[in-house]
Amino acid sequence: MCGVAGIAALSTRTRISEPDVRRMLPALRHRGPDDSGVYLDPHGRIGLGHTRLSIIDLAGGVQPMANEDRTIWVSFNGEIFNYIELREILLKAGHRFSTHSDTEVIVHAYEQYGDDFVQHLNGQFAIALWDTNRQRLLLVRDRVGILPLFYTRQGERLLFASEIKALLPLLPEAPRISPAALDQIFTFWAPRSPNTLFEGIFEISPGHRLVLENGQVLESVYWDWRFPEQGDYLIGSDAELTEQLYELLADATRIRLRADVPVGAYLSGGLDSSALVALIRRHSTAPLKTFSIGFEDKSLDESAYQQQLVDHLGVEHRRVFCHNRDVAEDFPATVFHAETAILRTAPTPMRHLSGLVRASGYKVVLTGEGADEALGGYDLFKEAKIRQFWARHPKSEWRPLLLKALYPYLETTGAQAKTYLRNFYGIGLDNPHQPGFSHLTRWFTTAQCKVFFSPELTAALREDAVTRLTEQLPPAFGRWHPFNRAQYLEAKTLLGSYLLCSQGDRMLMANSVEGRFPFLDHRVIEFANRLPPRLKMRALNEKFLLKRAMAAHLPRQILERHKQPYRAPDIPAFFSARPPAYVDDLLGEEKLKRYGYFSAKKVGFLLNKARRGSSITYKDNMALVGVLSTQLCHHHFIERFSQTICDIGTPSHQFAQG
Amino acid sequence: MSIKQTIRRFILENFLFTDDESILEDGDSFLAAGMIDSTGVLEVVFFIEETFGIKVKDDEMLPDNLDSVDCLVAFIQRKQAIVAE
Repeated sequence: MCGVAGIAALSTRTRISEPDVRRMLPALRHRGPDDSGVYLDPHGRIGLGHTRLSIIDLAGGVQPMANEDRTIWVSFNGEIFNYIELREILLKAGHRFSTHSDTEVIVHAYEQYGDDFVQHLNGQFAIALWDTNRQRLLLVRDRVGILPLFYTRQGERLLFASEIKALLPLLPEAPRISPAALDQIFTFWAPRSPNTLFEGIFEISPGHRLVLENGQVLESVYWDWRFPEQGDYLIGSDAELTEQLYELLADATRIRLRADVPVGAYLSGGLDSSALVALIRRHSTAPLKTFSIGFEDKSLDESAYQQQLVDHLGVEHRRVFCHNRDVAEDFPATVFHAETAILRTAPTPMRHLSGLVRASGYKVVLTGEGADEALGGYDLFKEAKIRQFWARHPKSEWRPLLLKALYPYLETTGAQAKTYLRNFYGIGLDNPHQPGFSHLTRWFTTAQCKVFFSPELTAALREDAVTRLTEQLPPAFGRWHPFNRAQYLEAKTLLGSYLLCSQGDRMLMANSVEGRFPFLDHRVIEFANRLPPRLKMRALNEKFLLKRAMAAHLPRQILERHKQPYRAPDIPAFFSARPPAYVDDLLGEEKLKRYGYFSAKKVGFLLNKARRGSSITYKDNMALVGVLSTQLCHHHFIERFSQTICDIGTPSHQFAQG
Repeated sequence: MSIKQTIRRFILENFLFTDDESILEDGDSFLAAGMIDSTGVLEVVFFIEETFGIKVKDDEMLPDNLDSVDCLVAFIQRKQAIVAE
């Protein structure tokens, strides 16, 4: 993987200078430590920069790269997994290749297919492509948002880069944190694409492309999650569809094992990563090394399940052990890499994990993200199904008791518990057809953290985040099955905006490690989206078809295990011992008041509760981590703006008190 | 401090994170307003047991006893009266 950066002129008066493009690159060095390069258009219309992590065609893949007559230039971050097949097709069509890299395939595919070349790519990518003949810039991002690409308009220039921090050196002043983005984060757990935490800085949304031509910027959608509108699901027996799913997953895995360096895999102990490791074992002869996280907190630790699978599949395994204090001490660096406020500390152990991968001599790992979204695994989907079922007969006493199957710890006896069930899970029961029905419990609970917003921040909020989201859904949304609607919302609010970036790419790339996601192969998603919902969740049995497809290759305990969501310690990480000094500093009255986002008094009460440590609720955890990470973002990117720019790219860049 | 004041302060500081007395009416339902979730109920019970020296039995875990400041005050007074007898 790599880092992409560049500047394009928005008017004919503007000239792009090479030193400006070079100023963007140090912030992307962790994404591409092996090499860097800049292409500057002779007329100063554009500069493309690149930092490289060499994985395919180690000698020939230097970027930015051009076509035969040097009229098309590309700076590319990612992998095109079907580059071998595409290269064959393009060779037959008369294109001449000078390297064996996947990057060159992009250049020739653009010549062959124009902007629709992206439809031919199977992979994960962020691409900046300059067509000198047409004086035209194309920025495009992969279908689901595995790789990042940000942009901002600065005077007569369009700046773009793989990470926001590469844009900062060219900004005249520190960016501002957007109140609307905070509202979205404290509702959906992440800003809504294309927004970022910062005002005026946007991302190219997953599945979108942006064209700059004649000073005009035009954005279009080339791919999205789509579901049958008239019950036109795939037809076939369960056995046939199981077989088809298995074959697709096997191929998606096989092409993701293509690399000129050894490939490892993450192993959580859950179904998805277990299925993935089993697929790799069956379809590759290379020795496989797997990596996992163990937790000091036993309620979060899955080591026993990981070991069971390691024994079953005979893989070489390494584990990084995560102590509470590591999470607290490393959180500032996590937020620096994530470049956004987050409500969970869970990305931090993921960064430790990629560190272990790198220290073990690996640059590439396969990982199981996407199976829950595409094949129907989340508890939230079950919960929504039960609430739908309950809504048909809202007076029923026993329908809500099905929730007990989902949350075994849930108290369902006694009038107190029944009232709680009705009040909490009964939200929206009067209108189960409303667009956000499946996610109301999560959004409602999360939004209660907004009680900590300062009066100034609350006053700056202009619109309701949930209403705005439901207004922007695709027209077909209402015609999809309720299960598919929940899948869409999950893919659009959490997968692309949090799991694949704050907890994914940014934590992998912090240690120069590339993740690959077979379950997010677009062929797998498109197939899965056309499966009847009953094959995703049979009664309350999640990922039904995936379990069938993998039944012969996994131990029964793994197949039958109740899904354990990946969590890291939140409040306990900071307060089970004395918190690091930065916590007291950033959550102290002075900084809270000066930064202005949160009520110092309310946060003070939350701190008292956190220090006492008893009966910490789900909401308290989210609120504390959300407040702390927002304060950290302000500290890193606003208060220390100039210092951060100076420090960026220096090997010792660490959190410093300022 | 009266029972009511003690309860009010506890609810305000731990669930509403404020000392603004005006936002909590004594008759407000904790559950209906989303103030307190299932974990929170345990914390309330824990607090009143420790603070007022009473013991809440399983069959007393009812909204009628626990779901507002007024309910809690009445419940605690009933329990203390029994202990005193």
